[in-house]
Amino acid sequence: MREIALHLLDIAENSAAAQSQNIRIEVHEDLSNDSLATCVIDDGRGMDAQTAQQVQDPFYTSRTTRSVGLGIPLLKSAAEMAEGRFSLQSEPGKGTCVEALFRHSHVDRMPLGDLSATFLTVLISHPQVDWAFSYRVTAKDGQSRDFVFESAELRRELGDISLTEPEVLTFVRGMIEEGIDAVTLQTVY
Amino acid sequence: MPAIKSLEELKRIREEALQKKQMKATPGNVQVIVAMGTCGIAAGARDTMKSVLNFIETENVSGVTVTQTGCIGLCEQEPILQVVLGDQPKVVYGKVNAQVAQKIMKQHVQNGQPVTENMIIV
Repeated sequence: MREIALHLLDIAENSAAAQSQNIRIEVHEDLSNDSLATCVIDDGRGMDAQTAQQVQDPFYTSRTTRSVGLGIPLLKSAAEMAEGRFSLQSEPGKGTCVEALFRHSHVDRMPLGDLSATFLTVLISHPQVDWAFSYRVTAKDGQSRDFVFESAELRRELGDISLTEPEVLTFVRGMIEEGIDAVTLQTVY
Repeated sequence: MPAIKSLEELKRIREEALQKKQMKATPGNVQVIVAMGTCGIAAGARDTMKSVLNFIETENVSGVTVTQTGCIGLCEQEPILQVVLGDQPKVVYGKVNAQVAQKIMKQHVQNGQPVTENMIIV
């Protein structure tokens, strides 16, 4: 994986596979604190303490086609490589929260990458999920800019029209890309 | 800075899409499925997805359902894309980068001719 945004896509896919109704992806670039914090929170089926520990091991997977599962261990090592932290909290029946923290200026921190492509991909792939996206950038002087997107309202308006109708797609893609661009422009060291 | 798109605009777009849907003769359900396991994502599945969506937008293709699947156990062939046209059997494609995705969308999804060079026979 070359981008943090790709890791977030991977973790969000886990959340969707766990039959979540609501999935929230948060990214906070905080230059005043030299940190980049990400989390994916879902209300899916969750895991017991033992499974939550096992999924951090690359030689464990819930899948039956193969016996390795690399998604979570890869994100964990990416965070730890950049002087960050990784945490996974889960409760059966309640959901899972995966957090990864990076030191923003660390030379080994991978780039954030194409966040809008990640958001659009999960939204299109799992239209039945209520998605919430939050991207916040805090400048060195402590001033913050936010992008917030929630898919529930969008779905209410669209009714039975698919997100992949060309006009709708143009609208939604524009909404996410413009929103993220407006926040990203402020990221200057 | 461009204005944030409003829900009013979305309502208008919805009406237009609805009208178009009623006008066109339905050729049956068209499904494009991108494999989004860790292996798929690491191999570039998000770019494949982006390319499919880009084709739908630029060529104004209506009535295509785009969805995802997990790892199907053919990680070395990722990014994998599957196409289902109506009640025809599913066609599985391997090593589908953004360019190959454009070709599949044009040749197979729009014109019904599978792209044989990238087909995986399972």
